[in-house]
Amino acid sequence: MFVRINNCWNDFTLLVGLILLFTGTSFANERLGKPRVMVDASITAWVGGKIIPIDGDEIEDGVLLVQNGRVLAVGQRSSLQIPEGATVIDATGKVIMPGLVCTHSHVGGIGGADSSGAIQPDVRIYDSINVRDSGFRRAVAGGLTTLNIMPGSGHLMSGQTIYVKLRSGKTIDDLMIKAEDGWIMGGLKMANGTNSIRENSAGFPGTRGKSAALVRQFFIKAREYQEKVERAAGDPEKSPPRDIGLDAMIEVFQGRRIVHHHTHRHDDIITVLRLAAEYNFRVVLHHVSDGWMVAEQIAAAGAPCSIILIDAPGGKLEAVNLKFETGGILERAGVTVGFHTDDYITDSRLFFRSAALGVRGGMSRKAALESLTINGAIMLDLQERIGTLSVGKDADFIILDGDPLSVYTKVLQTWVEGEKVFDREDPTDRLYAVGGYGAGQDQQPYFCCYHELMMQQYGLKQLSNQILQK
Amino acid sequence: MRLNTNLITRWMFCYCGWIIGLANVYAFVMPVHVEAQIAVRGKVIYTMAGEPIRDGVILIRDGKIASVAPASEVTIPDDFQVIEGTIVTPGLIDAHATVGLTGIYNQSHDQDHRESSAPIQAELRALDAINVREQLIEYLRGLGVTTVHTGHSPGELISGQTLVMKTVGNTIEEATLVESAAVVATLGPSANRSGGSPGTRGKQMAMLRQELIKAQEYLAKQEKRSSNGNDGSAENADNPSANPITRDLRLEALARVLKRELPLLVTANRAQDISSALRLANEFNFMLWLDGAAESYLLIDEIRDAKVPVFLHPSMIRTAGEYENLSFETGAKLADAGIPVLMQSGFEGYVPKVRVVLFEAAILAANGMTFEQALATITRDAARILGLADRIGTLRVGLDADIAVFDGDPFEYTTKCHSVIINGRVVSIEPR
Repeated sequence: MFVRINNCWNDFTLLVGLILLFTGTSFANERLGKPRVMVDASITAWVGGKIIPIDGDEIEDGVLLVQNGRVLAVGQRSSLQIPEGATVIDATGKVIMPGLVCTHSHVGGIGGADSSGAIQPDVRIYDSINVRDSGFRRAVAGGLTTLNIMPGSGHLMSGQTIYVKLRSGKTIDDLMIKAEDGWIMGGLKMANGTNSIRENSAGFPGTRGKSAALVRQFFIKAREYQEKVERAAGDPEKSPPRDIGLDAMIEVFQGRRIVHHHTHRHDDIITVLRLAAEYNFRVVLHHVSDGWMVAEQIAAAGAPCSIILIDAPGGKLEAVNLKFETGGILERAGVTVGFHTDDYITDSRLFFRSAALGVRGGMSRKAALESLTINGAIMLDLQERIGTLSVGKDADFIILDGDPLSVYTKVLQTWVEGEKVFDREDPTDRLYAVGGYGAGQDQQPYFCCYHELMMQQYGLKQLSNQILQK
Repeated sequence: MRLNTNLITRWMFCYCGWIIGLANVYAFVMPVHVEAQIAVRGKVIYTMAGEPIRDGVILIRDGKIASVAPASEVTIPDDFQVIEGTIVTPGLIDAHATVGLTGIYNQSHDQDHRESSAPIQAELRALDAINVREQLIEYLRGLGVTTVHTGHSPGELISGQTLVMKTVGNTIEEATLVESAAVVATLGPSANRSGGSPGTRGKQMAMLRQELIKAQEYLAKQEKRSSNGNDGSAENADNPSANPITRDLRLEALARVLKRELPLLVTANRAQDISSALRLANEFNFMLWLDGAAESYLLIDEIRDAKVPVFLHPSMIRTAGEYENLSFETGAKLADAGIPVLMQSGFEGYVPKVRVVLFEAAILAANGMTFEQALATITRDAARILGLADRIGTLRVGLDADIAVFDGDPFEYTTKCHSVIINGRVVSIEPR
């Protein structure tokens, strides 16, 4: 998986081999003698920028080759020849890095579980997403390319999450990510602490002890269901009545559906780890405000942490001990750390800010950038497809006008699978990136045919940028 | 860049926190002249009163700034504690907050920003409601915020009064610079009361106008009394106990607004609400502080012509409801038109419970404002509009020694604020 060129001869020959493999065309550079240049118009070459591939050192004066929505090659200009016929884009002075992965977002005008009960794994966020929500536009403006869209809070189980790519799409089906067997990828949202406590509300816990008891009882029930299903081995006579919530739990037990668990206070974190060990499910801890108090325990359990940094502690009882230092403390304890926007809690356009505040709190630059990219991918089981600019991975990348951790840096372009989904020079995109009148409105429908119709009927020369979605 | 304190001082701060804690408490009741004398040396000092000084030194005596000059022109006395930094700025000013009335826990016991028993309650004073030991005030202090203008929050037609305080003090009286700084009003949907009145924009304006007219009449009676007597008649001019006017604290506060002693800070975000605020100020001739102002970029000429300062919403406030059309570039557009722009932490009902004006102004600096324009929104210009230019907001001789010291560009996320000085006393040395 890992191939990158950095004036390293072995890597270089490996890369040449790979390119030959990919294109079936001979390719070489002067160091190998007289070049026989590959000709391929399907290749786009980003040349001259600083490339932060995440899986290796930052590359000055780099080249990124993209073909068919995948990364074809990454290297230094001095050691990587640009194929003839490639579309060459000058990226001098720019920074190129993988698209950002947000492991916990609420964009899309979503609605998950309702107030009918504390445990609702049957609810799919998949069924509630408005892909024209302006939040998606702000997300690509912030350089985000992959999201885990989570049901909102206030339950022990709020429903099934969905992993999406921010492709330009008309329906959620255009955005979702499928596993090789066609399974729609997503996790299960859980929560504990004060989040899921609703006193005097039927079906909801009033204390932490009750919260854990309800979850434990439900996991036992789900295990029994799973055993019945397995014993039946497909025989409809022996199968239990189908329960779509418990079906999702089987995916949890199979390790396929990861539990994304809201948890803040140190004791609540430990409770999650205890339940995960008891019922053997894979879990990513989310928010983890008190994580700095129990970093060793989290590391020992091998649980990744998707954290959020907000401007000040408090606002709710669970978050009064939140610190900028959490990321650094978890990093040094050996925990895989990611960031999330929790959009609308923090603005997707300012996602880099989370990593920079992490550095302010003692995180290494390397870990902070990994936390926005590959570590998020790991938490979504997508590390083979996204999160680094590695050969063969999806061409999800962003173009910046400066260092990713600087407040002054802007995302200029966002690309998903080789397609541009955001361009700051486009007036409509800029409106969502900067704000202004109309920025809060959902993006307009696609005028594939409507525009032509209007032209014919009314002779309209042009529709305003706000009306005409590119 | 690290603190260059002498060994004893460093030992005191780092290893003897409890002693310094006691000393802090003690220092509040001690006369100012016992304070240690301090010199602050910075690679660049943004005085906000003229060009930045490269490699400059600020000498502090008795809580005030004694000199600001290039290091080459200054001899730092031997007995001065020296604090060094990369960038030195005036202590930061949060132009409008609710911190102190709103606390970290966000539970009813620490939320005193909004009294919902009536839509108009101008008589409520921040002074009587604030918790000067609120953790979030300390939190802001550690990030360089040395002064806050805080009080009753937006959300009622008129919710109460504000005050201006330093972010250090044993009692609010000690911390306060201005006991009553403004009366706070709100226009727009957030001032509507579910199932009650006001319930529409039209009703909001009607109620405000009626109340201000009552205050006009009250004021007229008061003025007659002061010239004639308590009942306004010439024969009782020397007999104040005859038929006294019943004092009305609510109308007294509004009368001060009408007399232009207190500004009316009006939170208005939609363009039509901003227009209403300007219309109201024009009718009653009060000092208007326009607050929030998310869509103010649509009304730049009107705001400039009205000579009104804008207390701009926090840059990172959520883009929903009245704020859906906010722009990161509003501050730059207003400033370029010559309109004074101040940055505020505002009010937050959830997380983060308080915002940090340093972070909010940084977004302005990254979106069209120059570095110094953005810094002015939380220093010089904030002090000027709050009427405190002779005390705070710039680094000039004779002003309060309120200083923030950073290890780099203060607006960069990765830069830390590593020393904070208020009234010539070091109040934070933990890099944050």
